[in-house]
Amino acid sequence: MSDIHSTGPFIAAIDQGTTSSRCIVFDKDGRIVSVDQKEHEQILPKPGWVEHDATEIWQNVQQVVTGALDKAGITKQDVLALGITNQRETTLLWDKNTGEPVHNAIVWQDTRTDGLCRELGRNVGQDRFRRETGLPLASYFAGPKIRWLLDNVEGLRERAERGELLFGTMDSWVIWNLTGGVNGGVHVTDVTNASRTMLMNLHTMSWDPKICASIGVPMSVLPEIRSSAEVYGEATGDLAGLPVASALGDQQAALFGQTCYEIGEAKSTYGTGTFLLMNTGHEPVNSYNGLLTTVGYRIGDQDPVFALEGSIAVTGSLVQWMRDQMGMINSAAEIETLASSVDDNGGAYFVPAFSGLFAPYWRSDARGVIAGLTRYVTKAHLARAVLEATAWQTKEIVDAMHKDSDVDLTSLKVDGGMTANNLLMQTISDVLDAPVVRPMVAETTCLGAAYAAGLAVGFWSDTDELRANWKRAAEWTPQMDAAVRDREYNSWLKAVQRTMGWLEEES
Amino acid sequence: MARTIQSLERAAAVLRLLAGGERRLGLSDIASTLELAKGTAHGLLRTLQQEGFVEQDPLSGKYQLGAELLRLGNSYLDVHELRARALVWADDLARSSGESVYLGVLHQQGVLIIHHVFRPDDSRQVLEVGAMQPLHSSALGKVLSAYDPVAHSDVLEGERRRFTGHTVTDPKKLEQVLALTKGRGWGADVEETWDGLASVAAPIHSRRGLLLGAVGVTGAVERVCDAGELRARIVASVRDCARAISRDLGAGRFQAGRGAV
Repeated sequence: MSDIHSTGPFIAAIDQGTTSSRCIVFDKDGRIVSVDQKEHEQILPKPGWVEHDATEIWQNVQQVVTGALDKAGITKQDVLALGITNQRETTLLWDKNTGEPVHNAIVWQDTRTDGLCRELGRNVGQDRFRRETGLPLASYFAGPKIRWLLDNVEGLRERAERGELLFGTMDSWVIWNLTGGVNGGVHVTDVTNASRTMLMNLHTMSWDPKICASIGVPMSVLPEIRSSAEVYGEATGDLAGLPVASALGDQQAALFGQTCYEIGEAKSTYGTGTFLLMNTGHEPVNSYNGLLTTVGYRIGDQDPVFALEGSIAVTGSLVQWMRDQMGMINSAAEIETLASSVDDNGGAYFVPAFSGLFAPYWRSDARGVIAGLTRYVTKAHLARAVLEATAWQTKEIVDAMHKDSDVDLTSLKVDGGMTANNLLMQTISDVLDAPVVRPMVAETTCLGAAYAAGLAVGFWSDTDELRANWKRAAEWTPQMDAAVRDREYNSWLKAVQRTMGWLEEES
Repeated sequence: MARTIQSLERAAAVLRLLAGGERRLGLSDIASTLELAKGTAHGLLRTLQQEGFVEQDPLSGKYQLGAELLRLGNSYLDVHELRARALVWADDLARSSGESVYLGVLHQQGVLIIHHVFRPDDSRQVLEVGAMQPLHSSALGKVLSAYDPVAHSDVLEGERRRFTGHTVTDPKKLEQVLALTKGRGWGADVEETWDGLASVAAPIHSRRGLLLGAVGVTGAVERVCDAGELRARIVASVRDCARAISRDLGAGRFQAGRGAV
């Protein structure tokens, strides 16, 4: 990326994401030295189903690692360790003897297990396993996806019971292949990825035999649960000898890369959707406000650090909708130009409950509304309402986190594509009444995996050293009058009420 | 039928002629093609040049379409788009230079700051997006004035305040400074706008070579300069960053929008 950087050694991080696999090489200061990226096919066999070809993904991962080293002009000898971060919950079963996937990977967005999850809830409902796993029964998580494969792909249950199959999220698949595959590949996952299966007990940090039996997953297919930062094994093949030294789910990696190492520190990644995670320390915090309890990270044999997670389904995708479906703007960045042409929302509020309301409401009968329309309202006011929708939804998640954990958010660290939107960042700071801070390296996900790998091999000594690497690129401080904030929030809440009950029967 | 204004029709014909292809035309070519007297054609071209719709190549004296047209048409580059594309490069410049980074565009006879990256230390800094810098004394302003004909006439015709003892306000001297800026490809401001601060800036161009904005660093004169000269390493970092942003923009947006130019 730059002409001037240090001469190494370096850490390479693989980000096996939903649409592409990337590899970024970092130097000791946490600066990006080179990037390589390759997209993979999104396989959509039926509405609501999303699959990936795991063989294609493994080939792409190998290519981007080689590509990133080439672009940096370095060899594997210059690299001290390899870290991994990955799309979470995406589920794969493969044959341990041939190394071949027995089915495409089922992607986290895939909703085929909706019915199964309802069935598993029985008379208890979606919170049946929440106390142990921190998660509601929802189609994202891996455990029910394994069950679906065993039930629906012929012969798989028998092969699983004969001990021929291995399960993994993409971290496990990449590590197993990197470390030799059928020739002695290690079958492991890290605590953060394990916490997204619905099969791991957060209080013991190990697979829960009762839940595995209830969901119908034989424990023989499960990988060993390890920490997020330790040497799992050495790479073979082209990268022979390179320690594979970290694994973190992508959102947890961003939390780690944003150096949220203290209780109350939180990061929010603004992409098509938004994921907000807050460090809650060494004890898992139960959520009564519709958030997820998840593992933030675990460094070697230190105590695990937990997090509360809230997600917003529609943020950047609302801006895309204004561009593609409404044609009000030509590019996503223009939303700011349009919104900046007026001083306020003109009384309009936009609640993008396109597929229901998520945290903290969880109302699937809700649908989107634009409320408060008068003749005065122009498209510029709507553009403003679009940006404010992301800000208010952030506030709702932050408020829910406060209720669950009693921890005050001190500042919000942001990353993702929408951080280029200055007006949005200012609005978020205004409605949260807290500073919003953007770090200098936008690639916090890869950086988090690199940091964890570097800690494992002693490239960095501790998290204090990583914190010193974190540089503030921009900070927005609240400028909104408290009375205005209260009045606007009240209007937003009224608009939210108007989305509910739109669908006649709950689907 | 309502009366039309002949000189506007003729000006439109000049623009259409210049838009006809990727070419520059001399005064006599334009005059003869449009069947105008040379003096009339020259008057039209001079007016269009002042408005930024036409530019004259300093070497050949030939005319081509100007940057201002780019701002008018569909291919107008949204400043927020420019910020989004520049983000990673600007971050990297702040890291490599150790100074704060500013991105500016021409706006109402001044430089509008559209992006600001903090100096990478832990000091308290305030985001200056939306602030204005002067055209005649800031490094960003000099780059804009050197490359953009509209900014050039703005800076020569507008008010030039003396901010410090080093501010250049004399139009002749300023012209020399702008010629130097264009000649070497970067602009400087050593305590001409703020006492104790020095800046370096370089132009961001579209694929067709039109100026879109400028990017630069600002910092304490002791750090940015060495023995009275701007540090070569910082100048190189700024120019690398400007080129990287230009490359990023040139490959995308302006291929799609080139029809307007």
